[in-house]
Amino acid sequence: MKERIDARFAALKAEGRAGFVAYVMAGDPDAATAAKILAGLPGAGADLIEVGFPFSDPMAEGPPIQRAAIRALGAGMTLQGTLDLVRGFRDGDQTTPIVLMGYVNLLVNWGYEAFARDAAAAGVDGVIVVDLPPEESIPLADALDANGVSLIRLATPTTDDARLKVVIQRTSGFVYYVSVAGVTGVKEANAAAVAPNVERVRKASGLPVAVGFGIKTPERAAEIARVADAVVVGSALVDEIAEAVQMNEDVTQRVLSKADSLAKAVRSARVGQTTV
Amino acid sequence: MNAPNLPNDYAAYPDANGRFGDFGGRYVPETLMPLVHELEAAYRAAQADPAFRTELGGFLKDYVGRPSPLYFAERLTRHYGGAKIYLKREELNHTGSHKINNCMGQILLAMRMGKTRIIAETGAGQHGVATATVCARFGLPCIVYMGAVDVERQKPNVFRMNLLGAEVRPVTSGSATLKDATNEALRDWVTNVEDTYYLIGSVVGMHPYPQMVRDFQSVIGNEVRQQILEVEGRLPDAVVACVGGGSNAMGIFHPFLKDEGVRLYGVEAAGEGVGTDRHAAAINGGRPGVLHGSLSYLLQDREGQVTEAHSISAGLDYPGIGPEHSWLHDVGRATYLMATDQDSLDAFKLCAELEGILPAIESAHALARLDQVTKDVGKDGIVVLNLSGRGDKDVATVAAHLGMEI
Ligand SMILES: Cc1ncc(COP(=O)(O)O)c(C=O)c1O
Repeated sequence: MKERIDARFAALKAEGRAGFVAYVMAGDPDAATAAKILAGLPGAGADLIEVGFPFSDPMAEGPPIQRAAIRALGAGMTLQGTLDLVRGFRDGDQTTPIVLMGYVNLLVNWGYEAFARDAAAAGVDGVIVVDLPPEESIPLADALDANGVSLIRLATPTTDDARLKVVIQRTSGFVYYVSVAGVTGVKEANAAAVAPNVERVRKASGLPVAVGFGIKTPERAAEIARVADAVVVGSALVDEIAEAVQMNEDVTQRVLSKADSLAKAVRSARVGQTTV
Repeated sequence: MNAPNLPNDYAAYPDANGRFGDFGGRYVPETLMPLVHELEAAYRAAQADPAFRTELGGFLKDYVGRPSPLYFAERLTRHYGGAKIYLKREELNHTGSHKINNCMGQILLAMRMGKTRIIAETGAGQHGVATATVCARFGLPCIVYMGAVDVERQKPNVFRMNLLGAEVRPVTSGSATLKDATNEALRDWVTNVEDTYYLIGSVVGMHPYPQMVRDFQSVIGNEVRQQILEVEGRLPDAVVACVGGGSNAMGIFHPFLKDEGVRLYGVEAAGEGVGTDRHAAAINGGRPGVLHGSLSYLLQDREGQVTEAHSISAGLDYPGIGPEHSWLHDVGRATYLMATDQDSLDAFKLCAELEGILPAIESAHALARLDQVTKDVGKDGIVVLNLSGRGDKDVATVAAHLGMEI
């Protein structure tokens, strides 16, 4: 539900800090472990959670999330399985917003209206569809609206002011600012370059702005947390999963400990700083 | 899908949103949307500029070698025992296929746009070679993404690209074939938004590519129209072409769309049979779905994961098809037949032995369905087949299937 996202950003604002958004892929490395990771993320400091649903051809992802999708698909994850995962999470957590993120073909196959209904019923609060620009997203926006789920749009370094007006139409919850032109997990974000763009998007949309793509370390996360309303980290968490699997370590513990260090960096970023 | 309305003006498509009926569109990440709009505007301006058309026409004539002949295939005609068969000799173009028609158009557009770096995807390597060729001609750096599997099975073309100064980047993600090379090219484009032009090789991808590539390839059908009127005094009864992404087919179909008396046949690659899971027949064996920026027929599993295509022909080994073909299929304007790997090998040999022409294994798929097409149009009919490429690149593949070593 939209309200869960709005409530969370209102609370963050009251606390005077940025939120930490953790991205993980549903079913990575397998459904049971992913469920444990999800359940543990709020305790590790995640204020919102983005859950990727795996697709065979993720054209905007860099190698880490591509490999996560392959692991998840290999372990049998589906969009149905993703919704089941969210439903399971919701049984134990009614406040942490969940945003699904993925590619449109699975939704086309499911049917937009049925998907919006099923996602809402599972406890999904928002949806990001990477390959669905505003020009193509009206039918999905209608379906999600009717079910109280936010359609979250992306603004990018290539979005000029005229384009921004198009991007923010019918967007709710927050706007996702993609900090670098590129795929996930390759280039590094630059806080100085991001700051004016966050301000621009915030002003145009009147919504909180989450910044993602290219944030890998606690230091970088803290820098971005000083200028953005939320900081999204995906590839760096997903890489922990890959490494833990390879080294035969406890996957859940390893991801949650990385999440914890990122969350701490985000939470303390503005301490002693006059609020932005 | 909604029940399609029969259009009264096929040439008016796509609409302003890049749609052919329900098909097409621009399903791309937001980072690319401004670039896609910029490309569309630049293409419109070029199209309307007589100087652009004159420049392109000059290169097509003197560099590509156009017009390509329309050749009466007497012995194939006799073999099938009925309709007259003409071959549109696209295999005689510089670099050996129709792919260069599109590359020449797009490279001139890229230069008009001030782009300084060219990227492309390739399957068989024909589009990669054609892209590398025009990049060499105009002095632009060229990077070609190619599935690692295809790099292995099309080694001579990889070497040709290298000789032409292009960098070939093998792609190991996914199934390591054409669809993965396309993903990787899109990832490059989204990363290098300032200077890079993505030169797509078929009528696939997001709007405006399906329209633009079709327009550049329509030189084929426009020539056929004129040539057949000269020799036969009338239009053909059928036009037939193989369909991978569908650019050689769209190029020869498009100028005939409004001529309802001209039957249009596309031939998809049925691999080991459309009943197996090893084929590349998107229309005959797939459902509508979104891949690489457009909604079109697609090979996919029940939930919408894209499945791997298979064909003896690397150039047809793609799980999708251009959106205009999906629409022509749904409205019933074109008929999509199939040819298996074996059908195509047989047709390859037949064409070589009867006409002294080694066809590309892609084009051999179209040749393989001359049996049905000649029957459909009857004894007095005229059939034009698009011989989209030459088969020199395929001799090793054919030899392997005949159990020979060369
Ligand atoms: C000779 C030839 N014909 C046909 C094709 C298939 O492409 P399209 O369907 O776009 O014509 C290829 C692709 O590599 C080719 O090389």
